[in-house]
Amino acid sequence: MQWFFDLFANVANFTWQQGLMLVIGGVLIALAITKNMEPALLLPMGFGAILVNLPFVNTEALATLFEAGIASELFPLLLFIGIGAMLDFGPLLSNPKLLLFGAAAQFGIFFTLAFASLLGFSLTDAASIAIIGAADGPTSIYVSNYFGSHYQGAILVAAYSYMALVPIVQPPIIRAVTTKKERQIRMDYQPGTVSKRTRILFPILVTVLVGTLAPKSAELIGFLMFGNLIRECGVLRSLSESAQHELANLITLLLGLSVSFQMRAELFVTPETLLILALGLVAFVMDTAGGVLFAKVLNLFCKNKVNPMIGAAGISAFPMASRVVHQMGRDEDPFNYLLMHAAGANVAGQIASVIAGGLIITLVEKLL
Amino acid sequence: MLHLDAFGVALKLMGQGLVGIFAVILLLWLFIALLRRFCP
Repeated sequence: MQWFFDLFANVANFTWQQGLMLVIGGVLIALAITKNMEPALLLPMGFGAILVNLPFVNTEALATLFEAGIASELFPLLLFIGIGAMLDFGPLLSNPKLLLFGAAAQFGIFFTLAFASLLGFSLTDAASIAIIGAADGPTSIYVSNYFGSHYQGAILVAAYSYMALVPIVQPPIIRAVTTKKERQIRMDYQPGTVSKRTRILFPILVTVLVGTLAPKSAELIGFLMFGNLIRECGVLRSLSESAQHELANLITLLLGLSVSFQMRAELFVTPETLLILALGLVAFVMDTAGGVLFAKVLNLFCKNKVNPMIGAAGISAFPMASRVVHQMGRDEDPFNYLLMHAAGANVAGQIASVIAGGLIITLVEKLL
Repeated sequence: MLHLDAFGVALKLMGQGLVGIFAVILLLWLFIALLRRFCP
C-alpha cells in the first residue's frame, strides 16, 4: 500500500508560493483567452508559469531555451526582424515632425528610473524596471537581461500586460491632460510622396546613425531595420512574408515559454513584484502624459495646431496606441481622421524606445 | 525608506537621457529631411 502513497508524495511538497504561481499562471491564460490580451505571449507565459512551479519539476529544457534564446539576447533580436518587416515608415517619412512625439513619449522611462531609485531599487534594477515604459517587449527583455535583473519575470509580465491594456490605460490619462476642444483639433493628412529610394535608404541610415550614437542599441535597431529593409527592398517578398509570419510566430511561441523560466516562485513571489507592477503602470502613465503635454507645448509655437492626443501614440505599443488615439478623435468628432498621424508617431515611438533602451544601458553602465 | 542619494543620481540620468534621446531624434529628422531632399 506504501507504493500508492508514494505516488502522491510529491503533492505534499507544494509550497503556498508555488500554489500562488499556479493561480497567476491560470489568470494569465484566462486573460489571454477570454480578454484576448496579448494571447500569443500571455498564454505561453501562463502555461510556463504553471509548469516551472510544480514541485521538484525538471526544468532543464526550459533552462536551455532561456539560456539560448533570452540570456543570449537572440529571441528579442530575431523577433525584431519580424516586427521591422511589419512596420510601414511611410507616414513618418512623409511627416518627420512626428519623430518628436516618439521621443517625448519615452519620458515615462526616465521618470520611472528616478522613481524606482528613490524606492530603493539598485540602479541596474531601476533601469530594467523603467524600460517597461518602452512598451516594447523585445527591448524590455534586452535591457533587463543586459543588467542581469532578477526581476525579469515580473518586468516582462508587467510590460506585456500593460501593452495589452493600452486601450484601458491611455484614454483616462489623455482626457485628464487635454480639453474637449483640444481633442477635437482636426489635422489634415496630405501624404507626401515617399520615393522607393528613400524607403530603402532610411533603415540603413537609421542603423548607422543610431548604432553610432547609441552603440548599445546597435543590435536592436539593426535587426529592426534589417527587417524593414527586407520589406522595402522589393526583391525579397517571400523573405519579408516569412519574417512577418513564420519567424515572428515561431519566436513568439518560444519567447513566452522561455520567459516563464524566470517566473519560478522563489524569484516571483516577493513584495518587489507588486512594486514592479505599480512602477510599470507609472511608466505607462508618464509616457502618455509626457507625449500629450509635449504636443501641447509644441502647439504654443506652431501655426498648424497638432491634436495633442497624437503625443500619446508616441509610445511604442504598435498598433494599439495609434488605434486608441484615432478612436478617441472619432468619439469627439466623427469626421476627425487621426489614424495616419497617430501611426507615424507610433512607429517613431518604436525607434525612440530602442534608442532609449540603448541610452539607458550606456548611461547606467558609466556609473557602475 | 526613501533613497534620496540614489534619487539624485537617477535624476541626473533622467536629464541626460531626455537630452540624449531628443538629440538623436533631431539628427534623425535632419537625415530624413536630407533623404527627402536628395531622393524626391
